[in-house]
Amino acid sequence: MTRLVSKTPEGPLADKWTNYKSKVNLVAPNNKRRIDVIVVGSGLAGASAAATMGELGYNVKCFCFQDSPRRAHSIAAQGGINAAKNYQNDGDSVYRLFYDTIKGGDYRSRESNVHRLAEASVQIIDQCAAQGVPFAREYGGLLANRSFGGVQVSRTFYARGQTGQQLLIGAYSALSRQIAAGTVEMYNRHEMLDVVVVDGKARGIIARNLVTGEIERHSAHAVVLATGGYGNVFFLSTNAMGSNVTAAWKAHKKGAYFANPCFTQIHPTCIPVSGGFQSKLTLMSESLRNDGRVWVPKRKEDCGKDPLSIKEEDRDYYLERIYPAFGNLVPRDVASRAAKYVCDEGRGVGKTGYAVYLDFSSAIKRLGEDTIRERYGNLFSMYERITDENPYKVPMRIFPAVHYTMGGLWVDYELSTTVPGLYAVGEANFSDHGANRLGASALMQGLADGYFVLPYTIGSYLSGEIRTGEISSDHPAFDKAEQEVKDRLQKLLSIQGDRTVDDFHMALGKIMWDKCGMARNAEGLKQAISEIQALREEFWSNVFIPGDASGTNVELEKAGRVADFLELGELMCRDALDRNESCGGHFREEYRTEEGEAARNDADYTYVAAWEYGGKPNEPNLHKEELVFDNVELKTRSYK
Amino acid sequence: MKFTIKVWRQNGPKDKGRFETYPLDGIDDDMSFLEMIDVLNQNLLTEKKDPVTFDHDCREGICGMCSMYINGTPHGPEKATTTCQLHMRSFKDGDTITIEPWRAKAFPVIKDLMVDRSAFDRIIQAGGYISINTGNAIDANAIPIEKDLSNEAMNAAVCIGCGACVASCKNSSAMLFLSAKVSHLNLLPQGKAEAKRRVNSMMKAHDSEGFGACTNTGACHAVCPKEISLTNIARLNREYIGASLTSEKE
Ligand SMILES: Cc1cc2nc3c(=O)[nH]c(=O)nc-3n(C[C@H](O)[C@H](O)[C@H](O)COP(=O)(O)OP(=O)(O)OC[C@H]3O[C@@H](n4cnc5c(N)ncnc54)[C@H](O)[C@@H]3O)c2cc1C
Ligand code: SF4
Ligand code: FES
Repeated sequence: MTRLVSKTPEGPLADKWTNYKSKVNLVAPNNKRRIDVIVVGSGLAGASAAATMGELGYNVKCFCFQDSPRRAHSIAAQGGINAAKNYQNDGDSVYRLFYDTIKGGDYRSRESNVHRLAEASVQIIDQCAAQGVPFAREYGGLLANRSFGGVQVSRTFYARGQTGQQLLIGAYSALSRQIAAGTVEMYNRHEMLDVVVVDGKARGIIARNLVTGEIERHSAHAVVLATGGYGNVFFLSTNAMGSNVTAAWKAHKKGAYFANPCFTQIHPTCIPVSGGFQSKLTLMSESLRNDGRVWVPKRKEDCGKDPLSIKEEDRDYYLERIYPAFGNLVPRDVASRAAKYVCDEGRGVGKTGYAVYLDFSSAIKRLGEDTIRERYGNLFSMYERITDENPYKVPMRIFPAVHYTMGGLWVDYELSTTVPGLYAVGEANFSDHGANRLGASALMQGLADGYFVLPYTIGSYLSGEIRTGEISSDHPAFDKAEQEVKDRLQKLLSIQGDRTVDDFHMALGKIMWDKCGMARNAEGLKQAISEIQALREEFWSNVFIPGDASGTNVELEKAGRVADFLELGELMCRDALDRNESCGGHFREEYRTEEGEAARNDADYTYVAAWEYGGKPNEPNLHKEELVFDNVELKTRSYK
Repeated sequence: MKFTIKVWRQNGPKDKGRFETYPLDGIDDDMSFLEMIDVLNQNLLTEKKDPVTFDHDCREGICGMCSMYINGTPHGPEKATTTCQLHMRSFKDGDTITIEPWRAKAFPVIKDLMVDRSAFDRIIQAGGYISINTGNAIDANAIPIEKDLSNEAMNAAVCIGCGACVASCKNSSAMLFLSAKVSHLNLLPQGKAEAKRRVNSMMKAHDSEGFGACTNTGACHAVCPKEISLTNIARLNREYIGASLTSEKE
């Protein structure tokens, strides 16, 4: 059994990163030119990593499946990005951001990584402002902040409701500058379908050109995966339609451990499902909870009534009631579960009874409609467009939806996976958010990884590669990987069954949502595992894909992704079954306190579950990285 | 709801292409336009036929992937709305809906409704950035920026790069897109140092990609899902004249 070595540097927490940076091996500029790095993904993590490594002088190849790097899923992030700037003078600090993130993650993340993230947060804002990101400002011309869930300071920077867009455009422009300079070569509309491992080291990828259908080999001294999260395993989620696990899953099958796959974030404020053909769910940014109040009627009988006719005393502002200290700003997992409970009690509203109100009337009374419009105008119009209701007049209806995956490829302090030379950054890795991510922390992590962490840590590996010379793509390992990719595409095309890819995807999503969603139990998880196995078997004998592999074939692309989701789904259930405790987004119904809150089991489960592929999807091996908390005391998370 | 869908089918860049007509039933008015196409595609697949290929990803109006003429108008009938944000309640039961890919020399068709917009990326590569390496930045609050100015830059920065402006223009000009980028950066103090160089080189890239000249008809603004203002084009023209004068002097 391989031991998991986190490579956390020695020394006091606050000095670890500084010490590491001053000691890490460097690659001299003239040597960097001789080193090739592949970055798969052009979201915040990938674009920032590729641009920065290009600036440093490496030869970078960057890949994305969209038609332009600017369209990565990061573009859709709305609410904001955290940083410990303490511009508001409200007592914020690097330590506090570190502490909030560890606590928010329910004590299931690595202290050293999280502290480094908090340190980097400060530089991110400077970098982005210098790139021209038009962050919101006060009349005095200085940067504005807002609050997000799970914290008591105001540290979130934002650009209206389009923070992800503006940050990504910043990273995309830095990337474009390097493309123009010739240090980065960009491959749009390319999908990575395998990692190539030569003599135990990641040495390249096999990619499919999604326009011509050609299968290409790309070699490099190191490969970085920045391929985002796998929330679409649930079919319905707030992720973009193309978000997928394929790159990470292929890496897993080539030896990279997959950590905490069951840690999924269900976001409390999304527009509820309206019909059977729904293709995705739309998030309403958490920032709305700054000014919106969540409620349901006190009595079931009132649920069908016009909300405006329900008197104040007949409303249950349940978050304010149960969690007076944080009120509507409790962390996401807590808010989501509370919504589920009130709906399960029969007090949900809307067509399906699976929705709660998010009401802005008191904020509008207090601040005026103009202020609310300035803060959330685009979100309100997005809501109105989808539901045909005016949220300035009628309370919004919201319900939790799958949003983010804390789990991902296991990485050490250097962001290296268990395969030497293979790195994972951004949402694709498991690193910093433990069992629950706080709002506005994913953008921070993606950019910290890409701008400020990976470009240093990868030097520690690449400094050993300066004499390797060019990596040839003629090695038998490339032949083999290419052949496997081609065979699999042919296999998929040859089935010619009767069910569409979407049909399988929806069926998988339903199993996952019902049995591995907001609440899980052992029996349901066991059922889910056998249902997924049966579905997978049917998929490989009955899926229908038209056409061939020679040009653009969207069904073929989707089929490859769903095939991987069908394997990942099982691993998620196995992981959820292994973890006999409730923590963060992982809520096991058997493990709760008398008050119904999550009951963590620190004695037995203070570890990262890192799964090794066992040759077949149903035979994974579990490895544990014990988490050591030297600086924070493990406490029951209380937001009361 | 019931519709007749007339959609452009083109098997590849070299295929001539043609319209195909499909009847479609069972559409809900709460469905989005792309969900309507999903249903059409599921029907085609059940008949073992090739589904309609189209670009899309976020389905919430921000990634800029979705791109089609709907009854002759880029992104369809609703103001300030991308195709993916359009709902079937904007159409009447029984309507015939015609769907086509962007038509512009600089945006060649790849398949059906999918086109190649990489020309936009190359315009950005020509100067749509501020030259600052990672780690070189000063404190973000060191340069206060007037709120109104920052808002104006943001109004331009919200462009999603969808290409509807080009698709709507009889000259296939990309001036609205280009001017939005130039305004975003040139308005801000951080972007001033390279302002002139940026205008010149991005203009040059625009022209060499085969986009046409702007004749100020305003068709682009009318279809722009992000309501990018025509004042950006005016600003660009002013800066371009200024920039070419100074570069002559040099
Ligand atoms: C609606 C929404 C709102 C959000 N709002 C916020 C917020 O306000 N604050 C916050 O902090 N976080 C937010 N998040 C979370 C955050 O946006 C994401 O976690 C983050 O942007 C992920 O960035 P990334 O770079 O890791 O991956 P992504 O942006 O998902 O990029 C993935 C990249 O990988 C490429 N790729 C994937 N697979 C392959 C393959 N096989 N081959 C080639 N390329 C591939 C894609 O083309 C893409 O370029 C939000 C998320 C959603 C869904
Ligand atoms: S200016 Fe408007 S229409 Fe043109 S690319 Fe930008 S968002 Fe699209
Ligand atoms: S699909 Fe992203 S803007 Fe329409």
